[in-house]
Amino acid sequence: MSNNAERPPQTRGLTAIAGAMSLIAVLLIVQIWLLSAALESFLAGKRGSALPAAIFSGVMFLICFGLYLFVDRVDSNVRDSSREQ
Amino acid sequence: MKWLRRSSSDPLWKEEFSVRAGDERYVTRRQLTKFLVLTSLGMFVGNLWILVRSLFYQAPTYPHLTIARMGEIPVGGAKLFTFPSKEDRCILVRTAENEHVGYSQKCTHLSCAVYYSPESDRLECPCHKGFFSVVDGSVLQGPPPRPLPRIILENRGDEIVAVAVKVS
Repeated sequence: MSNNAERPPQTRGLTAIAGAMSLIAVLLIVQIWLLSAALESFLAGKRGSALPAAIFSGVMFLICFGLYLFVDRVDSNVRDSSREQ
Repeated sequence: MKWLRRSSSDPLWKEEFSVRAGDERYVTRRQLTKFLVLTSLGMFVGNLWILVRSLFYQAPTYPHLTIARMGEIPVGGAKLFTFPSKEDRCILVRTAENEHVGYSQKCTHLSCAVYYSPESDRLECPCHKGFFSVVDGSVLQGPPPRPLPRIILENRGDEIVAVAVKVS
């Protein structure tokens, strides 16, 4: 096992980005399920689930957006450090 | 919309076809992340659309339509009719001497036409063997996800009148 500090910044950055992307992918799958479930119940005439579904979907989008900002920051940090080298 | 812009000052083509092999991996991952986040936004917008439709939902009004006369159908028999529009096919079943039930003929699975089976006393969809109860339209077996929409009937003298559709 190599020490994380010994690894080059590009490799560390890629690991962080891959982790963030995996989280985004999981959240996206949950959002897709949520949308299909909300649509299903809306078409079945049950309108009570639309509000909680929209709130949870919004929260998940905000988390995805936060992870995207994180990826963007890691990306620019690694890019800058690799340019300096 | 600063966050949507690329962090680098280089043009996109220069990033995508970078001379540094390591940078290419970054570009594809970053763009995929952006695509995933935009898809997430799309899902959220879809949920908002459902919410808006739910908030501004207005119960539809239905015409009152005479669909049959008492005694026109034998016990255990069925009659097809359209309600509320000419495109909405429905089925009327006489389950007892003075009892009629009406349902939409569209299967809730893939919209095949259901028919009444007097032998098994249920409504059957021939496409994927979806069976519905003739008592309340609930799913007895098969892939349909929801009960059949029920047609609310009223007896007015000698006539059976369809007055509303109840989606459960």
